[in-house]
Amino acid sequence: MIRYIASRLLRAALTIALVVTFAFIVLRLSGDPATIILGPEAPPEAIEAFRHNWGLDRPVLVQYFDYFRAILRGDLGISMRDGRSAIELVGERIPATLALTIPALFLQLAIGIPAGVYAALHQGTAFDRTVMVSAVFGFAIPSFVLALALVLVFSVKLGWLPSGGRDSWMHAILPILTLGLGGAAALARFTRSAMLEVLGRPFIRTASAKGLPWAAVVRGHALPNAAIPTVTLVGFLVGSLIAGAVVVESVFSWPGVGRLLVVAVSNRDLAVVQCLLLLVAASMVTSNLIVDFLYGVLDPRLRQGARAGA
Amino acid sequence: MSAPLLSLNEVTRTYTSRKGLFGTPVAVQAVAGVSLEVRPGETLGIVGESGSGKSTMGRMALGLEAPDSGSVRFDGAAMPDPGSESWRSLRKRAQMVFQDPLGALDRRLPVADQIGEPLEIHGIGDKAARAAAIARSLEMTGLSADHGRRFPHELSGGQRQRVIIARALITDPELLVCDEPVSALDVSIQAQVVNLLIDLQAERGLAMIFISHDLRVVRQISQRVAVMYLGHIVEEGTAEEVLRDPQHPYTRALVSAAPVPGARQRQRVILTGEPPNPAARPSGCAFHPRCPLATDRCRAEMPVLTRLAPGRRAACHLIQHTPAGMAAK
Amino acid sequence: MAGPLIRIEGLRVAFDGAPAVRGVDFAIHRGEALGIVGESGSGKSVTWLAALRLLPEKAVVEGRVSLDDDNLLEAPIERMEHLRGGRIGMIFQDPASALNPVLTIRRQMAEALALHRGLSGKSIDAEARRLLDLVGIPDAAGRLKSYPHEMSGGQNQRVMIAMALAGNPDLLIADEPTTALDVTIQAQILDLLQLVRRETDMALVLISHDLGVVAENCDRVAVMYAGRVVEEAPARTLFEAPRHPYTRGLIDALPTLDAPRRLVAIPGVVPDPRRMPPGCAFSPRCAHAAPACLGAVPELRRLEPGRRIACARAAELDLQPAATALPAETARPEVRA
Repeated sequence: MIRYIASRLLRAALTIALVVTFAFIVLRLSGDPATIILGPEAPPEAIEAFRHNWGLDRPVLVQYFDYFRAILRGDLGISMRDGRSAIELVGERIPATLALTIPALFLQLAIGIPAGVYAALHQGTAFDRTVMVSAVFGFAIPSFVLALALVLVFSVKLGWLPSGGRDSWMHAILPILTLGLGGAAALARFTRSAMLEVLGRPFIRTASAKGLPWAAVVRGHALPNAAIPTVTLVGFLVGSLIAGAVVVESVFSWPGVGRLLVVAVSNRDLAVVQCLLLLVAASMVTSNLIVDFLYGVLDPRLRQGARAGA
Repeated sequence: MSAPLLSLNEVTRTYTSRKGLFGTPVAVQAVAGVSLEVRPGETLGIVGESGSGKSTMGRMALGLEAPDSGSVRFDGAAMPDPGSESWRSLRKRAQMVFQDPLGALDRRLPVADQIGEPLEIHGIGDKAARAAAIARSLEMTGLSADHGRRFPHELSGGQRQRVIIARALITDPELLVCDEPVSALDVSIQAQVVNLLIDLQAERGLAMIFISHDLRVVRQISQRVAVMYLGHIVEEGTAEEVLRDPQHPYTRALVSAAPVPGARQRQRVILTGEPPNPAARPSGCAFHPRCPLATDRCRAEMPVLTRLAPGRRAACHLIQHTPAGMAAK
Repeated sequence: MAGPLIRIEGLRVAFDGAPAVRGVDFAIHRGEALGIVGESGSGKSVTWLAALRLLPEKAVVEGRVSLDDDNLLEAPIERMEHLRGGRIGMIFQDPASALNPVLTIRRQMAEALALHRGLSGKSIDAEARRLLDLVGIPDAAGRLKSYPHEMSGGQNQRVMIAMALAGNPDLLIADEPTTALDVTIQAQILDLLQLVRRETDMALVLISHDLGVVAENCDRVAVMYAGRVVEEAPARTLFEAPRHPYTRGLIDALPTLDAPRRLVAIPGVVPDPRRMPPGCAFSPRCAHAAPACLGAVPELRRLEPGRRIACARAAELDLQPAATALPAETARPEVRA
């Protein structure tokens, strides 16, 4: 088991290292921060000085290794824009993003899983068909379109909810809905098919033949099995929430890390972008680790493999 | 006595299996030093339970898998490496029939096209000649031209198995390896396919390896039988001798376990214990943990396959290796 | 003799308008072993799943299944749940998939013991251990903590049997219990079923496609074809003197360990339930079919006590075994090394 966990952690670290490297390469290739921050009209001496200050005039490989060493020390650099530490800049935005993504995740789970289970148990009914159709829409509509539609209805037409900013809890409702609804629909559809697959398996009939009431069969036998594939999708949804935050925070002018990323990228604020990518990679990797761990909890067959490997 | 068409000489095959992604690899010996011969026009039945290595034997006999050690010879020449040019041309001389016909067929193609596939692969004949060969193959296996135009799911299980046989026969092979070809079929249909195989073999002088767990079908179709247990042959001989007068305790148990209608409440040998696990081979005779007659010697020393009579071999310490000793035990 | 334990009358089952069972009657007495033989699509499993109302909702079931004063097809669902796993246990083909992969053996057995015996806590463990001992599982206490994938197919089927015995059933329905198992393990499981029956005086319905399995383990055997019983007789009689051409055909098609003989295959295939032939469903494949067979569906008539047959020509046909064993030399060329 220790070996299993160690190998997973090693793999996670490797993933993060790859993301950092990738970010480094892409950012260096996509334009010179000096010209972007100082403007195209800046005198060459100023640009030269800026580059020297930030170490951009050194060989790329040296920059890369320095950067990597700094990360290992926990030093993620300083924003080229306002000179504050990148960690601090990113850190103060995290609560705002969590205030959207965590409720959105709960919204997805609270709507998606019960709707999927109910639809599977009442296959072919109007409710089931509604779930299926809305799942298609939920997946097909891009989040910015959904965001604009929600703003149009609830802010512009009805005037119930604000269309942007972060002044009260009311401001969070539309962004949370935008982030959560698509995933909820996808989760409902996925849960439904996972449940239907499990309900057709022979052990369900065994449980009924034992005399268990149907509700107990569903609760005690179908759900624990259907949870296994569903956990994969939830892990994926966590990832897509982070991606979704970038769009939604921009549309709703929500001061979170997503919006910071958009700004930092357009400014070529290397340290901040790299710090953000590290954060995104770390949260993706963490959610994957949690999914792997949940697999082990939910499925004794995988536990067996892990035990034998230890 | 003719020269063997196929001979396997001391072949072994070991797989590595690991539990979980990072488990320690375990060597699993599926076939452990087996020698067998099949003569032209002869049917050899290979009998065994799951984990006996009988299907691995079949794949090695066809050259689909190369043995780790030992050699396979087809028609006097060494079996070429899988995937090589000469190996591909050998495919038309030796074909395989699988248990699951639906899995072995492409759902999107009419079955006649699939029957003709081997001809295309080996570039045999022109379009007209291929069409004629397909028609012949269909007829030979009791299918109509109309069946040929259908898709696999439009046929019954028995008809699909006929399609598989028709495809295997279209290159006019000398050897057919059948791995549990009738296990998935109902009794009345199973009889149709068994009869078909027997007739085709007699008409065309095919050599056949018939792999099955069902002794009754093997008895019906084979001249010689080899009984496998955990990668070894434990008994071999004519079907008549092995199944009427089994010598090895495992063969005796198998024969005794075969259900026979009308013979209620027989005294049968019921083996205790679990089916063999190739990943945890017992010491000495692999069968000893389940053998009702096992002695200390069986636990310590592996018996060798010994000739009891012409064409008759068994691997058991308890069999006296004299013609008179065969029955008395 | 007391009345039957369970009686099925006029049972019909259809899926989406396609009949799977077309009027079946059975009566099983206490302690009796009834074998049901049939090929795929004969309705042999569907009959018993329908009797226990274990079929999906789209199945349309008609008829009557009486157990004491209850009609199982109309009893309240709570009553059914009390009977399932209680007075009537059921085990299935492929034990590995019939057990829940994510629950321990203890948990799966505990459900039955809690439901039907009102046990809880420590007494569940004790009783579960006793049952696993009874079905011959070594290290019963240790096995309670195991999951199905940690055990072999044979052991899983033993667990299924132990679970079915948890409610002290009067009737055990075994649906192809050995089909997925190796031959030597099949023998173990059938032996275990006999042992359990001797010890508990439980009635057994053994459903199988294998005539040999049913013949050796049952008192009485019913042969089903296309959703109907075509013949029913004491096991020995059925195999020695079958009266229905289909039964004769099944026996002649079955290879034996004796010297090989030409198997007599039954031509054709089982009819499509949506396009049943008129009259006797077997007539298109029957060598003895006459104009009389194409009229009405032949009724299952009682010939003598314990013997029923559904064939319009039962009285006139004399069904001889298709072929006696030929001498081995002429049957097959024996090749000697």
